[in-house]
Amino acid sequence: MSCWDTVQKYAFQSIGYGERVLPKSDITLCDQFTLIGSGMMVNLYFGILAVMSGFIFANALAMAKFSGNPWTRKPAEWFIFLFRGSPLFIQFFFAYFLFIYLKGVAPIFGPLSAAWLGALIVLFLNTAAYSGEIFYGALLSIPKGDMEAADAYGLTGWSRFRKVMWPTMMRLAWPAYTNEAIFLFHATTLVYFSGFPVWRQQGDALYYAKYIADKTFNPFVPYPILAFYFILLTLLVILLFGLINKRLNRHLPQAQRSKVKYKPNLIR
Amino acid sequence: MRLHGKRPIIFSYCSDPSLLEGLKWLSCYLTTGKHMGFYVSFGTVLLLLAITAPAALAFGFGAAMLSRARLAPVSWIGKGYIAAVRGVPDIAFFLFFVIALDQGIEWLLHQARCPDWSDPIRQGNDFVVCDIAKMPLGTSPQWIHETYGFALAVLTFAIVFGAFAGNVLYGAMSSVPRAQIETAEAYGMTRRQAFWRILVPQMWVYALPGLSNLWMVLIKATPLLFLLGVEDIVYWARELGGSKMARFTDYPHGDWRMWYFLVLLVFYLAFTRVSEVVLARITLKLSHGQATVGGEAQRKAA
Repeated sequence: MSCWDTVQKYAFQSIGYGERVLPKSDITLCDQFTLIGSGMMVNLYFGILAVMSGFIFANALAMAKFSGNPWTRKPAEWFIFLFRGSPLFIQFFFAYFLFIYLKGVAPIFGPLSAAWLGALIVLFLNTAAYSGEIFYGALLSIPKGDMEAADAYGLTGWSRFRKVMWPTMMRLAWPAYTNEAIFLFHATTLVYFSGFPVWRQQGDALYYAKYIADKTFNPFVPYPILAFYFILLTLLVILLFGLINKRLNRHLPQAQRSKVKYKPNLIR
Repeated sequence: MRLHGKRPIIFSYCSDPSLLEGLKWLSCYLTTGKHMGFYVSFGTVLLLLAITAPAALAFGFGAAMLSRARLAPVSWIGKGYIAAVRGVPDIAFFLFFVIALDQGIEWLLHQARCPDWSDPIRQGNDFVVCDIAKMPLGTSPQWIHETYGFALAVLTFAIVFGAFAGNVLYGAMSSVPRAQIETAEAYGMTRRQAFWRILVPQMWVYALPGLSNLWMVLIKATPLLFLLGVEDIVYWARELGGSKMARFTDYPHGDWRMWYFLVLLVFYLAFTRVSEVVLARITLKLSHGQATVGGEAQRKAA
């Protein structure tokens, strides 16, 4: 069987098209690249949706934590502490069993116990908490002069936030937020190892890598392939976020622009 | 098999749980032998942290020293190690190292103990070494298997977190003011003396923020022990929480896994909070008398 046949057979395995049964023996290098690549689509699905939805919620969280009103500040602080202070792995487990319980209460909660929705919700809340903290930190470090200038122009309320605070906050937070996004993509590999069941062997990249490593009893091929895909993804994220960073900094003189640096040093 | 062993019984009234109700039932339920295993596994987590933290620091120190080496290929080794571990999802590393280390150790033993073996070690999908090269030996008692599994887990953690620590320490070593080293050289110290007597004692203040962050990260990575096959708190929470039928146990109950994981969630939150408070105190203490912003603020307040 040529490699192209394999690609046709397994390239969309993770989203339910093509061959349903995974190869059990004689797993070739081509099989491995195709299957793990197919799994990457699931990681991308979780990562992209969680980052985009989490971004909006994170902004709200940062504003809430920044506000002087304890009725909005306290809940935001607790939310951020809850999700940043506990391991994502435990959050997945807890959420999964909570969703199972809810399913028993009312069948309308049924889809929550499937990974595509349940795990996405957990990732969304988790990344919102981490990004919210980043944005909050950036809000605190907006230069005093910027706010004074806004006051001098007579900007108040929403227009002051929209035209001065928010763009500066984004600009200051962006390098850290880039790393957060990279790390979220890495965290998506936890989904299928933490309770959420794999349906019809449609898992993510790590699920396939582990499947192959278990079948061939040789970890030295599938895991480096996985690493290759993730390094590629990381570079892609850096490129994309770097472009946005450039746009956010476009009004500044060259020397003052902050660069996006790959610097992840956290685990969830 | 009875899932909840009858012994050891802590409270005398626990001999017939089916007659009990409310708090009494709960007190008996929470003191079954299986639950004792659950409580002990919290100790496993703490033990892992206690061993891994210094081990990772040692790995990190080695990596940072390698990265600073003047010989380019040596520094590439250090930098490559740090970059490789940080660029890939950690959980992939955990899954990889646990098999890779196991096979590596068996392969080395195989070379040492069975030099006459002629068959290839990789036969299709099998990894075959001679019997006396198996780790641990098939005849070993259960506790050796468990200890070996735990030791592999510790080593895996140390390798992964060593890279993170290496990054922090490398940064800290570069943060020590250059003038300090120049002074050491002016006193006629060799490169080695300047490193051990001047650089290393001073770098910790600079490393502390990064290392405290790393400690938090390490705490939050401990549930991954479960993936490495160690019977940790996650294992027990799944085991104990699952629904039990009256046929198999004295303490039948529905699916309680949600509550068990809620306990774990609270445990980690409390652990994080306590660590935060303690680390804040250490930072305060270490900045005392330092020529940094923190130290200056303390001087002004006094």
